[in-house]
Amino acid sequence: MIFSLPNIAIVVVLGLFGVGLYGVLISRNLIKVVVGLQIAVKGALVAFVLAGRLSSQVDVGQSLALTVIVADTIVAVVALALAVQVRRKFGTLDIPSLTSLRR
Amino acid sequence: MINFLIGAGILACAILAVRENRLLVSALWLALTSALVSFLMYRVGAAEVAVVELSVGAGLVTVLFVFAINIIGNESVASQAPLPRPLAWVAIVLGGLLLAWMILPSMQLERFTAVLEQQGELAGLFRSVLWTDRSVDSLLQVVLIFSGVLAVLGLIGGEEGLESKEEKQG
Repeated sequence: MIFSLPNIAIVVVLGLFGVGLYGVLISRNLIKVVVGLQIAVKGALVAFVLAGRLSSQVDVGQSLALTVIVADTIVAVVALALAVQVRRKFGTLDIPSLTSLRR
Repeated sequence: MINFLIGAGILACAILAVRENRLLVSALWLALTSALVSFLMYRVGAAEVAVVELSVGAGLVTVLFVFAINIIGNESVASQAPLPRPLAWVAIVLGGLLLAWMILPSMQLERFTAVLEQQGELAGLFRSVLWTDRSVDSLLQVVLIFSGVLAVLGLIGGEEGLESKEEKQG
């Protein structure tokens, strides 16, 4: 019973959120921050689907998860485009270096 | 047992994606995380979203990551964290506790099996929910996709624009 699907899904939600937050807080590279953000959002996706299933409204949960997938993809695209432009302009992706640079 | 393996695989891939210093390998671990998350969604009963997550999360996003890393080069950054690690751990534990506090009271696990049994009756409603009840979400998705197209144009065409500007100035 302890390895039932809802229990595992909750552990996955909490774990993905924790790992993603750790990646966002610890990483010095802009691309790695985007990777951390993606991981945290995947936890939110699983949470939406699980909540929809538990409340007998699986289609609403899926619909919300679909919106989150689209928004998450666009966030990744915009963040990667910004990272590329930052790399071209400042020559680095190191966040502490970027905070001290002036142009 | 297979659910446990999927969950453990998701967490292991996510940890490796965060800890890996090479950007390209990190993006590949993220793709594997997405694929396993879509498998877990399928097991929970959300087959439609699982397909979208597999194609968009594990496919399109990985292609975009590889494309961006190809442009900027596989730059490795010093592993010293910008934030003290104990502070980061405190933030993670607090966030996890807050999330658990919000999620766990709403869990009614005995309903889960009953809902799984009537899965066949629930199938087929997703389309109507998406296009009628959540039509505002669909509109939002169109706007987001449009802004994503603009961002891809910025990703691809930024260097050419700068070069042509410099040529004009020269």
